[in-house]
Amino acid sequence: MAPQPLADELKRRDRTRLAGLLSPGLFYLLVFFALPLVIILLYSFLTNGPRGNVVWQFTLGNYIDLFTRSIYVNAYVRSIVISVQTTLICLLLGYPLALFIARSPQAWRVPLLILILIPFWTNFLVRIYAWQIILANNGLINNALSAVGIGPMGLLYTEGATLLGLVYGELPFMVLPLYAALDRFDFNLMEAAADLGANRRQAFMRVMLPMTMPGIAAGSVLVFVPTIGQFVVSELLGGAKVDYIGNLLQRLFLRSNPPNWPLGSAMAVIMMAVLLGLILLYFRSTTEEDR
Amino acid sequence: MIEATPQTQVRPQARAAAGRERITLGAFSLSAYAVALYLFLYIPIVILVIFSFTRDEFGVRWTGFTLEWYVRLFNDARMMGAALNTLYVAVASTVVSTILGTLTALAMERFRFRGRGAVDSLLYLPIVIPEIVMAVALLAFSALIFEIIRLVTGINMRRSLTTVTLAHIAFSISFVVIVVRTSLKNFDMRLEEAAADLGADRWRIFWRITFPLILPGIVGGALLAFTLSLDDFIISLFLSGPGTSLLPVEVYNKVRRAVTPEINAISTLMLLLSMILVVLSQMVQRRK
Repeated sequence: MAPQPLADELKRRDRTRLAGLLSPGLFYLLVFFALPLVIILLYSFLTNGPRGNVVWQFTLGNYIDLFTRSIYVNAYVRSIVISVQTTLICLLLGYPLALFIARSPQAWRVPLLILILIPFWTNFLVRIYAWQIILANNGLINNALSAVGIGPMGLLYTEGATLLGLVYGELPFMVLPLYAALDRFDFNLMEAAADLGANRRQAFMRVMLPMTMPGIAAGSVLVFVPTIGQFVVSELLGGAKVDYIGNLLQRLFLRSNPPNWPLGSAMAVIMMAVLLGLILLYFRSTTEEDR
Repeated sequence: MIEATPQTQVRPQARAAAGRERITLGAFSLSAYAVALYLFLYIPIVILVIFSFTRDEFGVRWTGFTLEWYVRLFNDARMMGAALNTLYVAVASTVVSTILGTLTALAMERFRFRGRGAVDSLLYLPIVIPEIVMAVALLAFSALIFEIIRLVTGINMRRSLTTVTLAHIAFSISFVVIVVRTSLKNFDMRLEEAAADLGADRWRIFWRITFPLILPGIVGGALLAFTLSLDDFIISLFLSGPGTSLLPVEVYNKVRRAVTPEINAISTLMLLLSMILVVLSQMVQRRK
């Protein structure tokens, strides 16, 4: 063992090294991430001035508005509903696809994965925009329909188009973590379950599903989080006919004349609280199923 | 728990044959399903590319081949300016976030310290809160800082490429940390110990052993940060100033009005860039 002074000296050096490595990134995140969140938390209790300026006067009015006025309550409900729908559809569509990739011969897996990675890395806006060409009144589908004498049907600027765009946009974010989980899964366990008398359904429900739960949880979070705050898809494909929280936030901060930052801040704070609550709940339920 | 199901009473050979049949049928329908889903993912993209070459001025009908929209695009000063701005922001934020993220990853993987769990949560938070919340928070923060600067020094500051870059760094750091930490987890610590036994000092060990081995992870993280910045729309919309437009914001402003073949062309180019980046990142990872 090193004599005490030397040990102290080594400890001191380690501490200096840790501080040198950790402090730049930590400092950056505290200033440019945590502090801004604290500021909107603060703003959410302040009053909006007549010219859209923030007045330093304490109020609970923003929160009372958000919980009592139907325009806001409806936007929250709508956002949560479409996020749940998108997440479930992506999970149902994505699981078999991830399974297919994980069960493919080794040589096929990389190209199959790259085909998922390309949309994953491609600009979301561009991919959503592509659907405008397909769904527009003078677009591909309606052109084809009119060639056989039907239409035009109003496909674009519907809530169905919004859901379609969200599922299309988020699907790769579900498939990748599912694949990661299925890739680690030992498929011999399924045969073992069958040998022990389980039918395919039982083997899936009791063995494969619980063991790939971490992938399901990760994929669901990756899909749910951006969907609950989205405003682009409902604007480009939904025609901004109904408001989601994202649309309201964008308007309150950037467009309204005058803007209302305190109300918008309260809206963002609630969104964050709802989301963190749901994620916590979700992870607790999935880990319990693991036991 | 043993149940005598009818299945187990069938003679083994017959059971195996039936099983094989079921598996091939299952595998076939699974393949067919996968093909359908890949088509779903790619048809819109392919259509977008095709209609960037159409003569149709609305960009939704095939009326013959032309490169006119690409020519127009390259002569569109506003679009080209936005493209340059986007590239500048992406390069700057990638450099800073890769350095900060790598240092943080090293601290998190190599040290046990009090408050490590809290730092871990702070690192994951930018990934699990919606980007729009981060965008409005950074907007409010920048406005407040500008106001303080104005009161103290009298200088009027506005949102600019710098504010966007600072914001992009804030959300990229966490992604770099995750990618670099993965490569540090796979790292064989005995290599460093061996180097130390052979008399190398810490600095030398880092640059000769550790750094080359985690370089694929660092490059992977950098490519991810670069892509995130290039593709980012929401934070760019909230944080860029009036005169400093970024490409996704320009595209959004045009797309909101109508489909145009020029937008199809710029989208095709952005798609091409993404594909190059994916292939690059795969090459880096496979070399490990």
